[in-house]
Amino acid sequence: MEYVSPEGLRLDGRRPMEMRQIRAEIGAVSKADGSAIFEMGNTKVIAAVYGPREVQNRSQISNHALVRCEYSMANFSTGDRMRKSKGDRRSTEISLVIRQTMEAAILTHLLPRSQIDIYVQVLQADGGTRSACINAATLALADAGIPMRDLVTSCSAGYLNSTSLLDLNYVEDSAGGPDVTLGILPKLDKVTLLQMDSKLPIDILETVMQLAIEGCKAIANYIREILLENTKQLEYRRGV
Amino acid sequence: MLHNKSFVKKTRAGKVMKQVREHYLRDDIYCGAPFCTVCDTSGARLNASPSTTILVVDTNVVLNQIDLLENQAFDNIVVLSIVLEEVKNKNMAVYNRIRALCSNSTKKFYVFSNEYHRDTYVKEMSGETKNDRNDRAIRVATQWYQNHLGGAVKVLLITNDRENKRKASEEGIFAETVESYVKSLDQPDLLDLLVRPASEDVNMEEVEDLRPSKRKVIYSEHKPMSEITSGLHRGIYHQGKLRVNRYNPFEAYVGRESIGDEIVIYGRSNMNRAFDGDVVAVELLPQDQWQEVSSLSIAGEEDENEDEDVHLAPNSADVAPRTIPQQGSSGQVNAVPNRPSGRIVGIIKRNWHSYCGSLEPMPMPAGSGGIAHALFVSKDRRIPKLRIQTRQLENLLDKRIIVAVDSWDRQSRYPSGHYVRTIGEIGDRDTESEVVLIENDINTRPFSSQVLACLPPLPWLVSSEDLSNPIRQDLRHLLVFSVDPPGCKDIDDALHCHALPNGNFEVGVHIADVTNFVHPGTPLDDEASQRGTSVYLVERRIDMLPKPLTEDICSLRSDVERLAFSVIWEMTPEADIISTRYTKSVIKSSAALSYVEAQARMDDSRLRDPITTDLRNMNSLAKKMRLRRIERGALTLASAEVKFQIDTETHDPLDIGMYQIREANQMVEEFMLAANVSVAEQILKSFSLCSLLRRHPTPTREMLEPLLQTAAAVGLHLDVSSSKALADSLDHAVGDDPYFNKLIRILATRCMSQAVYFCSGDLSPPEYHHYGLAAPLYTHFTSPIRRYADVIVHRLLAASLGISKLPSVFQDRLQLSSIADNLNYRHRNGQYAGRASVELHTLIYFRKRPTDTEARIVKIRSNGFFVFVPKYGIEGPIYLTKSGKGNGEWYVDEQQQKIKRMDGSLSYSVLQTVQIHMEVVEPQPNRPKLQLTLI
Ligand SMILES: [Zn+2]
Repeated sequence: MEYVSPEGLRLDGRRPMEMRQIRAEIGAVSKADGSAIFEMGNTKVIAAVYGPREVQNRSQISNHALVRCEYSMANFSTGDRMRKSKGDRRSTEISLVIRQTMEAAILTHLLPRSQIDIYVQVLQADGGTRSACINAATLALADAGIPMRDLVTSCSAGYLNSTSLLDLNYVEDSAGGPDVTLGILPKLDKVTLLQMDSKLPIDILETVMQLAIEGCKAIANYIREILLENTKQLEYRRGV
Repeated sequence: MLHNKSFVKKTRAGKVMKQVREHYLRDDIYCGAPFCTVCDTSGARLNASPSTTILVVDTNVVLNQIDLLENQAFDNIVVLSIVLEEVKNKNMAVYNRIRALCSNSTKKFYVFSNEYHRDTYVKEMSGETKNDRNDRAIRVATQWYQNHLGGAVKVLLITNDRENKRKASEEGIFAETVESYVKSLDQPDLLDLLVRPASEDVNMEEVEDLRPSKRKVIYSEHKPMSEITSGLHRGIYHQGKLRVNRYNPFEAYVGRESIGDEIVIYGRSNMNRAFDGDVVAVELLPQDQWQEVSSLSIAGEEDENEDEDVHLAPNSADVAPRTIPQQGSSGQVNAVPNRPSGRIVGIIKRNWHSYCGSLEPMPMPAGSGGIAHALFVSKDRRIPKLRIQTRQLENLLDKRIIVAVDSWDRQSRYPSGHYVRTIGEIGDRDTESEVVLIENDINTRPFSSQVLACLPPLPWLVSSEDLSNPIRQDLRHLLVFSVDPPGCKDIDDALHCHALPNGNFEVGVHIADVTNFVHPGTPLDDEASQRGTSVYLVERRIDMLPKPLTEDICSLRSDVERLAFSVIWEMTPEADIISTRYTKSVIKSSAALSYVEAQARMDDSRLRDPITTDLRNMNSLAKKMRLRRIERGALTLASAEVKFQIDTETHDPLDIGMYQIREANQMVEEFMLAANVSVAEQILKSFSLCSLLRRHPTPTREMLEPLLQTAAAVGLHLDVSSSKALADSLDHAVGDDPYFNKLIRILATRCMSQAVYFCSGDLSPPEYHHYGLAAPLYTHFTSPIRRYADVIVHRLLAASLGISKLPSVFQDRLQLSSIADNLNYRHRNGQYAGRASVELHTLIYFRKRPTDTEARIVKIRSNGFFVFVPKYGIEGPIYLTKSGKGNGEWYVDEQQQKIKRMDGSLSYSVLQTVQIHMEVVEPQPNRPKLQLTLI
């Protein structure tokens, strides 16, 4: 199968190094302490954050904040509209991945004896849901005013037809090639998440990773803009 | 830069599902015209002058007229991405050809991604079919080009779709059909390249009456696809690739020979318009119609009676004519034929391509407006004759031409095709050699600049980095030398041997370190992988790698330092291997000997110099190794290899004779075999699933049947239960004359199939066995300059030693298997080509030299017999009766393999010696052939 034409165009018309169109919106769930919608192409994810609040289960109290995460997929998020069972292996795994990634960014020691709940739901799936969830969670955490070391942003990259491709969509993702999901702290230049479930020669992995890092940085810039815009609006509303 | 446009895509099989795919429209797709002032012209490919018409081709033009597009008269063409997409869905072979055209730097074909351009993307309108939408997209793109480039440039849409052309004209787009465009070019011979629609009503009286009233149905109808699918499901039909007998085009097989589920198809009407290589559906005939081929002679069909040609004696079952095992060899006469026969009911996938051949001689037709209808006869006998139309009959009659197949309907005896190009004059050596190369799909194009860019700069010398490289051992102090055929320039192996203080010998095989220069994934590597092997014709060599590598940088010539990959053994004087090590090395060969020189040195007892001593030591070791190999059951087979002496100026053959095999040849061969075996063991140890090995399947009883039959007729019993048993009985087969044993060995050899490459993960270890060498493991390591398999094995060996890492292809077993398949294909074709070249030169040699010689009868036929001419290594038929006539005078005694005259006055039996006369005759003008007659 030809995923990149000799003219250098992918099936959806992008070039190998291009990301899909991204869009973000802060404050989609007014009840939550912080929330955001994040879109990467046709992948659409909503995140809501509650906290910091008092730890519900007293046995879990510690001098660091407790971060919990729940990931789910809406029944209407894929074409077949099948009932998505909660707590299956895949969603448990993704919940864990998101929790660990966010935990690495949150300054948990500043919030002892408290807990933070992150809920993410996929509204529409078209590849790269993991990355979109992390990006949405970052925005929601920022919206909730939770102290963080840096924004965490995530982006995926793959390798098909001997070409590194940024931000795989569903069709490219199902090609069965390597798919690297990367999460970074852009300002600190640190990697907090690296996932890949196939084989890739080490030198190629490096170029693919480099591409994913570029993607993460671009997303970070966009997220920063959105936050700035949001702050400006808040200032305006408060009449500063 | 991104313009997002989501759209709804259609459904999947079974369930109706809405699918949404993003489709980004861009503004950075350029027109490809170098004179454009708006676009980025760095990737422009179209003609630099705005005065040349830019052609936009429709899908149907690409699909049907690809030969025309490949002609140099067609250029400056815009290929739209929608056209490529449609072509890809309909015909992958054509898609690959148009893609090759688009990337060919000498052609000005530009791919315009109209589907992603924001001004040329069109959305499907309601009620519009996909086809209509695509046609509209093509028109919109053409219009865009016209507007974009302005009125000064003419943009022309070429389409054979009447509706599309009409709409284009309405919209103010210049549009023409292929025919009218070709006519406007005023190059009449281009018209021959045009594919004519099958429905065209033409008067074909000269060749065959095709007038509707007179047309009769010759072939039965192909079943519709749905019926075939359900038939296959229910097991009434069988699917398989059709293989037509190379030596008898009226006999074909479907199914796998090895498993024994093969179905035979006799005759053109049962073959029902299928070509060799087509994937077909077959229906079994009722058992009483199963034909037994007792008529021994070739099943000729009325007007198509073809004579067997004189050809080179086969050296394996793969190139030998298939013989159907007959009943009676074991004494029992079976009345019921037991080979299932069938007939073809449908063709699932066509394997049509273009073929080399010539036109059947015919008189010039009078007053037909210059258009003549002719019959084309392919060089490949498996292909039926083809009807073509031409305006240049006079020109073509004495030429070798290439013709492509277009269609074959039920009413015509022959398929129709169209002329593609002329190769040259029939009988001309260069033309015929080119035919051989084209027929065997051998790439003779010069290496591209990208490939040549991968070569190290010349003059190349071993550098200090190479010497200080820890992976490379400095073996320059060793007395290394090479032994090859005289005049060999691509020396890929050298040897050394010196006595150790403990009485043992250190023996080294040094192989050119090709992988030091050919790196995986480079254009050079891709090209070599595609070519697979160097091809040796009598008068020329087609290299797998560019000349600077084969003849200089890699060649282990004498007195220069070269990089090598070495296998070094410690051996006892009894030739037992005590230890083996492998290393990359630097060597300096001190002599490049020919076999004759090496033999002369060994034979000259006065010589005591170090090289001669080493040679003698090696020879004594080799003899012991050889003996041991034979004891293990390796077959010493014989084939008749012919050697030509070629005139250096005219390149015509001066002399012809059998290739003499000396001890020196066997010595080198023995060490190469040992190196290959050692390397096979080493790589398999490290990479049990992705090693490239070589196996030689054990011949089935059926394959050995002709040998047994012949042996039985002369009272010889052969035990074929194992290779050891066969080797022993071959040793005991001694007849009255000295040549008898060799003859039996030659007959045995041609019953074996050839060894093949395979990926170790695809088979289980017992299947790795190499029957001919009686070795459990074998591979090819010793000729990386001329075989790509050896290049792969070098990489595997280097990786197993930790010298380099394994390239990523090895992680993909499918890809590795397909590489192995390609190597087998290339290897076999290379051999066919080599043999065809020898046959060609034999013909040229005998053209001026009618000869009388001795021959041996090898096969009895109903109207004569086949003889083998040992002196020239050829085989051919001798007819006792005129072909086509009855054979009343003669009858065949199958049991004894004899042909006798009715009155008992004369009889010929198999293996008998006869005196024959060889002469080149021309039964038809420009069709010389070698004829054998009894004296
Ligand atoms: Zn332009």
